[in-house]
Amino acid sequence: MARTIIDKLWDEHLVADLGNGASLLYIDRVFLHERTGSVALKELAAANRRVRNPEQVFCTMDHIVDTLPGRGDATRMPGGGEFITQTRAAARAAGITLFDIGDDRQGIVHVVSPEQGIALPGVTLVCPDSHTCTLGGIGALAWGIGSTEAEHALATKTLAVRKPRSMRIDFRGRLAPGVTAKDMILALIGAHGASGGVGYAIEFAGEAVRALPVEARLTLCNMGVEFGAWTVIIAPDEAVFDYVRGRPYAPQGQALDQAIASWRALHSDAGARFDRELTLDCSTLAPQVTWGTSPQHETGIDGAVPDPALEADANRRQAMERALAYMGLEPGTRLAGLPIQGAFIGSCTNSRLSDLRAAAKVLEGHKVAQGVRAVCVPGSSQVKLAAEREGLDRIFREAGFEWRESGCSMCFYAGGESFGFEERVVSSTNRNFENRQGPRTRTHLASPVTVAASAIAGRLTDARHLAG
Amino acid sequence: MEKFTRITAVAAPLLRINVDTDAIIPSREMKTVGKTGLAAGLFAGWRYQASGSRVEEPGFVLNREPYRHARILLSGANFGCGSSREHAVWALHEWGIRAIIAPSYGAIFAGNCVRNGILPVVLDYAVVEELARQVEADPASRLVSVDLVDCAVTAPDGTRHPFTMAAADRDMLLEGLDGIALTLKRDDEILAFQGRDRLRRPWIYL
Repeated sequence: MARTIIDKLWDEHLVADLGNGASLLYIDRVFLHERTGSVALKELAAANRRVRNPEQVFCTMDHIVDTLPGRGDATRMPGGGEFITQTRAAARAAGITLFDIGDDRQGIVHVVSPEQGIALPGVTLVCPDSHTCTLGGIGALAWGIGSTEAEHALATKTLAVRKPRSMRIDFRGRLAPGVTAKDMILALIGAHGASGGVGYAIEFAGEAVRALPVEARLTLCNMGVEFGAWTVIIAPDEAVFDYVRGRPYAPQGQALDQAIASWRALHSDAGARFDRELTLDCSTLAPQVTWGTSPQHETGIDGAVPDPALEADANRRQAMERALAYMGLEPGTRLAGLPIQGAFIGSCTNSRLSDLRAAAKVLEGHKVAQGVRAVCVPGSSQVKLAAEREGLDRIFREAGFEWRESGCSMCFYAGGESFGFEERVVSSTNRNFENRQGPRTRTHLASPVTVAASAIAGRLTDARHLAG
Repeated sequence: MEKFTRITAVAAPLLRINVDTDAIIPSREMKTVGKTGLAAGLFAGWRYQASGSRVEEPGFVLNREPYRHARILLSGANFGCGSSREHAVWALHEWGIRAIIAPSYGAIFAGNCVRNGILPVVLDYAVVEELARQVEADPASRLVSVDLVDCAVTAPDGTRHPFTMAAADRDMLLEGLDGIALTLKRDDEILAFQGRDRLRRPWIYL
């Protein structure tokens, strides 16, 4: 019988059928970070349970760690130091691999794990972090879990999971120049809502997906959770196999050949049935930007703030009204041209070398507009080092961007750094929720290219129209 | 884990869609490595007048009597979307919430609920709205019942609304099961899997 890629990975990792519609799945890799992994390790130890295969468990410092140059354990987040020191102690006690502050492998978990070859095609990988679906971009079956489930995965090498319904999304056509994977995923969420994928494991497919470089696929999958999906995945291809080659924890030599031979079978069979199929035409997409407080509140940068009065659904209408009040926007306002006070490039969505290159290309020879605070936070220490080897840091700095150490940084506010009260920020991150980036901070999500162009202009800007 | 069988309690309507876990417990309220001390930070951005303050916003539903004693929350679609932080569930539980009634949930959040004694009931939004309408007429006396044994919600006027729940999740809540202990009983199967898998996918075994 024809199977989907998710069926294949499910079958391959099935330890036991638990009845009741649940499967016990084998978990190949667990990744932790100091924000939510710390409590999982602590509770596990308190229950006198041990990590079953510590050599397959990894941890990084990304959420709490400071990103200011010269950083140490001290952070600006209240109580933050405790998360760092307790995670370090717990990781050592458990015998897992920690990418600590100062280690050149440190960085944002979902940037580090493919970079180090820990996430691979066909592996099951879990992390107590919702953006774990990012790793679907290299063909891993990876999903976010809570801390209690993380304890389960650590103690047993398995998770009890109910198989979600299946969906395939066909991203059709070719992207126009200046339009990116970030714009594709924002457009999808805009079209079908932030709960459009609830209950589904989703395969992203189609010409526009196949044409994306591997790092852009990670961006596309990163916001699968913002679509409500259980997880998302892209069938791995030659581009992925090339990406994996030579990564520190990836198989080498004959083992790699053997792995690639098996990975070539990781695609949905012709005729495989999905519970739901959607299409999105990418050929006419403009760069996208959010105007509200949910990722579904988005439109083309050439568009305008919609009028809640025209929304038939009362729930959606009220959410739109709340969002406009929070964002300080009126219906009908053109998005391009809105003055901004902040610009942020970073996060597990858009902080990889290709993101920084694309932004630097826009920034080169320009200055950030007066009154705009612009910050760039590379996604990992490796990304930062690679960018510095190419001189990208110089371009960012000369344009007026702060150039930071790697971490999640101002993607979210935890009592430390933030953009200011009611300040308007264009951000390459994934969440525009109320108060996410700071008390009453107004976040507009966009691609790094749009962020860079907007930082120069001092207002939301369509990079396609930026004069050379 | 605490069991859930049935409760009859004050239900608080928070009829918004896409209530995210950042709203349920802002990151700035997660100050220690642990599961406790989170109730004061529940819905902090909506419950208090300014970030970091504890001056109540009088209009927010959980600041009003008798909703201060609510054990049930009524909400819109995609409740608990966003961040995986289990602190959202720990905060709701510590504050006193034992059941939520909404049309859909963030997947990680729903999984976290059933591992912490909170029942996430799925019912159509029309039913949620009707429950809210009945409750609001006199919230202190018009209580809602949620019964996991019978899988039904009973409205204040006595109307019964059956709901479905995955059997594994239902068992987990009804029995207050320890998932890890259950799985460790299958140790032989896990070891057998590893034995087979090591031959098939040797590159996985670092």
